Amino acid sequence: MNTITAILVAFLGWQSQPSAETIMKKVDENMTSKNQVAESKMIIKGKRGSRTITSKSWSVGDKKAMTEYLSPAREAGTKMLKLENELYIYNPSTDRTIMLSGHMLRQSVMGSDLSYEDMMEDRKLMDIYNAKVVGEETIGDRKVYVIEMEAKVEDVAYAKRKAWIDVERFVPLKEELFAKSGQLLKKTTMSDVENIDGRWFPKTVLYKDMLKDGEGTTFSLTTVKFDQDIPEYIFTKAALKK
Amino acid sequence: MIKFLFKGIWRDSTRSKFPIIIVAIGVVFTVTITALLTGVFSDMIDMNARFSTGHVKVSTLGYSENASQNPLDMALLDVDSIIENLTEQFPGMEWVPRINFGGLMDLSDENGETRGQGTATGQAYDLLSKDSKEVDRLNLEGALREGSLPTKSGEALVSQKFAEKAKLKIGDEITFFGSTMYGSMSFQNFTVSGLISFGNPALDRSGFIIDITDARQMLDMQDGATELLGYFEDNKYDDKQANVIKSGFNKTATDSTNEFSSVMLTLKDQNDLRSLISFADNMQQIMIGVFVLAMSIVLWNVGLLGGLRRYKEFGVRLALGESKGAIFRKLLIEACLIGLIGSIVGTLLALAIVYPLQEYGFDISGLLPETAMMIPSVYRAIITPSTFYLGFIPGILAMVLGQALSGIGIYKRETSKLFKELEV
Repeated sequence: MNTITAILVAFLGWQSQPSAETIMKKVDENMTSKNQVAESKMIIKGKRGSRTITSKSWSVGDKKAMTEYLSPAREAGTKMLKLENELYIYNPSTDRTIMLSGHMLRQSVMGSDLSYEDMMEDRKLMDIYNAKVVGEETIGDRKVYVIEMEAKVEDVAYAKRKAWIDVERFVPLKEELFAKSGQLLKKTTMSDVENIDGRWFPKTVLYKDMLKDGEGTTFSLTTVKFDQDIPEYIFTKAALKK
Repeated sequence: MIKFLFKGIWRDSTRSKFPIIIVAIGVVFTVTITALLTGVFSDMIDMNARFSTGHVKVSTLGYSENASQNPLDMALLDVDSIIENLTEQFPGMEWVPRINFGGLMDLSDENGETRGQGTATGQAYDLLSKDSKEVDRLNLEGALREGSLPTKSGEALVSQKFAEKAKLKIGDEITFFGSTMYGSMSFQNFTVSGLISFGNPALDRSGFIIDITDARQMLDMQDGATELLGYFEDNKYDDKQANVIKSGFNKTATDSTNEFSSVMLTLKDQNDLRSLISFADNMQQIMIGVFVLAMSIVLWNVGLLGGLRRYKEFGVRLALGESKGAIFRKLLIEACLIGLIGSIVGTLLALAIVYPLQEYGFDISGLLPETAMMIPSVYRAIITPSTFYLGFIPGILAMVLGQALSGIGIYKRETSKLFKELEV
């Protein structure tokens, strides 16, 4: 009788666990939106102390995004425009717009643990990864699904990733990002998960570049609004100089 | 006796011609190759000292451990006060701050947007101070192919190779894009004042040279430098003295638990120069050894042939009562004279080859691989006092050794059999 109960419980448990595709779809529903306007704070802990950089960003889908740095004074007025796979950086003191592409996008943004590629990547997980559920764990007091993803497209920053997804809210609480060779490149830890406009969203992410020393970079959203009316001109090169 | 032996050598040219030619050829090779290698090694070491290592170098421990990555966040700060202390501690040395940095060189079109781009391996030197010796030390005037050296802030020298690739002209504006020492984005516009080529791939690949004051402002490192290079007053590297200075400095300044503490390295400690210098130091002995060995074998065989030819002569001399030892000694003195003549001829010929090599050298820039090593693109020989006497060592030694080995046969002659042999 006990054996039958155990089999039944295991079967029901298996039946109640959603597929990896379902989990990723739900994560995408939380993490991506038609558009987004956010103000953020990035705390970079370097060898010579800590720096805080604030910025405001506008993004539409996964193709267009604009970020304007607000402080400190040295960065204020610098803007970054993402159009498809290209990134344009405008600097007011030199009045120059510099285009970054290719391997340059793997460089660190302002000495942080984020690369330009990390900042540009907004595609839905479903579109770029195949996934499988490999287990269930607990992080803090939250139960999570552990899923492993493998890229199904070539132009992706991380060929493999492992994510710990909140069972109830379907937001990632932790991720490990790997190169094609299997080398661990970055770790991210998400916190301050809030329900914003009906979706669960982590407002703070701690990025840790595993290839460099340091305590990592904390990226926090101070405000975030989804599905706003964003004028189209914001995503033009002309807007960089305004 | 010397006169008598000279007459013998002069009159019996078959006895001396071939050995003199052999000795002369060996001496030409020994002297020429030694002078050339000494020149090349000296240039290589000097080039490293001027551009990269100094005679001693001070940086932070963290920077020193990852120098190939130019970690700006590990740069030295309060450099003026460090220089003041070093000057007080080690009088007679000259200390110069330098900044090595990397980033992007971006060229704009008429709308201020990117039209061309390349990675920049930047160096910042004190180019504008009145008392600075950096322009001469780096031979920037000599490396200038077009335009002029920077005369004011905001001007830059760019590698001719990059300029050709990017269709860059004198007076064009380029933008440096990189990171400050604190990691912030760094942008700075420069006007190209001149195009340079050192003829060395490591320096010319994507060279970008600016004044150190501009670099400090651009990289947010006021009174900072990635390295402080120290040079001896006579501009010659003295390893013993360099080590004394290094030990004195490191004893008080270096703390292995603090990556921001300063550390001093000697020229030998950097760029794998220790083995190169040690090879250069031992090179004369190596060359002499190789040629003594090679020539001795040849001259031994020549002596054996000569011995066979002079078999009857030695027999007659022995029969007349000359001792074996006396014949052997005269043979050796004769070898000395032949060696001397061959060495004089060889040294004169070698000097005729080495002198133009010293004055003009030969350009190998087209053959140089894309290497990060600092190798001179023009190979020059160098005539030093040793050039004049060096060839005499293998010349005379090999001849004497060869003759001594072949002459041993004299001792095997038996007086009792001499007359029988001479009947033939």
